Amino acid sequence: MSVPFLILAAITIAAAVAAMTLRKLVHCALALAVCLVGLAGLYLDLGAEFVGLAQVLVYVGAVVILIVFAILLTRSDEHQSHGSSRILSGVAVSACVFGVLAWAVVTSGTKESPNAMLPQGAMKQIGVALMQRYVLPLEIVGLLLTAALIGAVVIAMEEKQNTK
Amino acid sequence: MLGEGIIKGLVETARNFFGSYTSKQRLTTVQFPDERLIQPEATRVFPFLVFDTDDAEKGLRCVACKICEVECPPQCISIVKSADKKPDYSGIYAGKPQFYPSKFDIDVSVCMSCQICVEVCPFDAIKMDTAFELSTDDRFGGLLWDKQRLARSNEYYRSIHPTEAAEVDAQLAAKKAKAEAKPASAAPSGDTTAR
Amino acid sequence: MTPAVDQIFVNIKHWAVFHSPAAMRPAVSVLLSIVPILAVFPGLFAVTTVLERKGLARMQNRYGPNRVGPFGFLQPLADGLKSLTKEDIVPTGADRLTHFLAPLLLVMTAFLEYAVIPIGRNMTVANLDAGVVLFFAASAAMELSIFMAGWSSRNKYSMLGAMRAVAQMISYEAPLILSSIAVVMTAGSLSTVTIVEKQAGYWGVWPYHWYVFTPWGLAGFILFMICATAESNRSPFDLPEGESEIIAGYFTEYSGFKFALFFLGEYLGMFAISGLAITLFLGGWAAPLSFLTFIPSWIWFFAKLLALIAVFIWVRGTLPRLRMDQLMNFAWKFMLPMTLVVILSAGIWRFLPQGVARWLICAVPIAILYILLGRSLMGGRKLEKRTYRFAE
Repeated sequence: MSVPFLILAAITIAAAVAAMTLRKLVHCALALAVCLVGLAGLYLDLGAEFVGLAQVLVYVGAVVILIVFAILLTRSDEHQSHGSSRILSGVAVSACVFGVLAWAVVTSGTKESPNAMLPQGAMKQIGVALMQRYVLPLEIVGLLLTAALIGAVVIAMEEKQNTK
Repeated sequence: MLGEGIIKGLVETARNFFGSYTSKQRLTTVQFPDERLIQPEATRVFPFLVFDTDDAEKGLRCVACKICEVECPPQCISIVKSADKKPDYSGIYAGKPQFYPSKFDIDVSVCMSCQICVEVCPFDAIKMDTAFELSTDDRFGGLLWDKQRLARSNEYYRSIHPTEAAEVDAQLAAKKAKAEAKPASAAPSGDTTAR
Repeated sequence: MTPAVDQIFVNIKHWAVFHSPAAMRPAVSVLLSIVPILAVFPGLFAVTTVLERKGLARMQNRYGPNRVGPFGFLQPLADGLKSLTKEDIVPTGADRLTHFLAPLLLVMTAFLEYAVIPIGRNMTVANLDAGVVLFFAASAAMELSIFMAGWSSRNKYSMLGAMRAVAQMISYEAPLILSSIAVVMTAGSLSTVTIVEKQAGYWGVWPYHWYVFTPWGLAGFILFMICATAESNRSPFDLPEGESEIIAGYFTEYSGFKFALFFLGEYLGMFAISGLAITLFLGGWAAPLSFLTFIPSWIWFFAKLLALIAVFIWVRGTLPRLRMDQLMNFAWKFMLPMTLVVILSAGIWRFLPQGVARWLICAVPIAILYILLGRSLMGGRKLEKRTYRFAE
């Protein structure tokens, strides 16, 4: 529990809470960006350079921008409705999710692996692992992304034809 | 080929860049007011009234015929004809006294420098000046010029438009010669009353 | 003698750290690494603004600013004073916090990019194992700040400008990263220091190992520079901030110092990406000819940086602005396939033996795709001199 870890964890949690409670939707998206940067900081604190930087590159640089664009292009300045009847079910669902995740983390056994990789070799190990041991998931993810891209293009094209 | 136009454009701008240090053609800026361009002779800015001798009142060529006031498109000239007549100092009118403008105002903020007043004046009394640095901070009368401000001597006219002034002088001299010749050939009755 | 001059800043830093009390050593070391960056690059920004104005002016047959100081070189001082003393106007309906944070975030991420650029021998602020990824992560965060600027101004033109800017920057990020992947593949490392080291060495007089002298490196360098121009929102890709199109785009509602910060952030981004281009393709701080190595490495880095800035200014003065759809077409239909072929060519390069044949074989796929794309994307329109038909 070192000082950098505490600070980063505090930033991440505060940003996550802000992302849930702020009124304007774009503010929530920006708070989400801060939360993801906090997570990237946690990865860097653990010495996983590539993962931390890729987290910023992919999440903040692409996912948050996607979310923000989606908000902008689909909503106008509306106030979100705070239905008080939904709080109870929300708490129940999030407690279940938290329980599942906590059980998964606690029983995964990552605490006891002493042979953490040296930073010098980590990049190469990741590359080798992706190309040798995990090549099937890599290709499947690539296929999935290609399908999503083609799907987006097809939907946009159809809309253009519809409006013409 | 794709990219050919871009390369040509880059070469041209590079030539401009390096040429601007060597040739005047590629750096056409004139740093006013340290350097000035030579104005062509036919430059026209705002009108002025010509007077012949040293005296702005006596030598003024304008006889208040009001043609320029009528022809001016934005109607920026305002003339009041005099009640009396002044004697003929120039000799063009064979000694007959002529009217003169008691008030001749040009609103220079309205004037559009079209030179129509110059073209229609039968007496070569109003010509175009070339001075353009005329800024004033007097917003209520600074650009409404009266007769005194507008009158400039023929010497000045000759200095700014030499060829035109030479032609005008020749024409006026011919008119004067004709006017002098006429009373000599007419009956020597000395009758100077207007018909 | 020359290694001493070359390492003069490193030695000064070591001396200062050594002579400071032990408790303060980390802080002193960090400060001494960062403060020169914070001092030098904004100074370079000031000089670049006046050089750009004068350079553009000369290309357009006129003088640039030449009244303030000798030949106008104190103009940045006048500009700085002006931007500091102008009133800071925030629109009434604007989102004050985001409006305030956007220029800060821009400048912060722009400075972050300098952490991994080797400015001289042993002169990198942070020798990260994944330095190139940090650079691209920081430039991705820059896009977010531009979006924040446009959205917080509550002005539909700013919003439009911001969306266009973000769309443009995202589109050009793909070819940017892909063209740097070819270099990373060949160098075998994501660390900028390692990439520069792999390009060291001379073959006679010639710096043989610079990646720009390979066919995929040359094509990659040109593609990288085009994407860098687009990422920095510079002409001919400056539609988001085009003055005649959309007033000032996403920074319409900014005045005074915040505007100056935006300007600073954009130029810093331009310098950083030029620095990365120098690191990846032009051999970093290495001297171009082997007998010129007596000149210190950091001088070579800045010389190459100034040359690339001159190229940016040259291109700005030459090309007209691209329209949004032309911009996007160019990115997705031309740049992306070209970068994929560059990666392919770099891969082939690795497995062929050295020699002229390798150069020619690797140049072939790039040349073929270039010609094919050129033909097909022009759409059969021949660019000829325009003829006019006048009314009789």
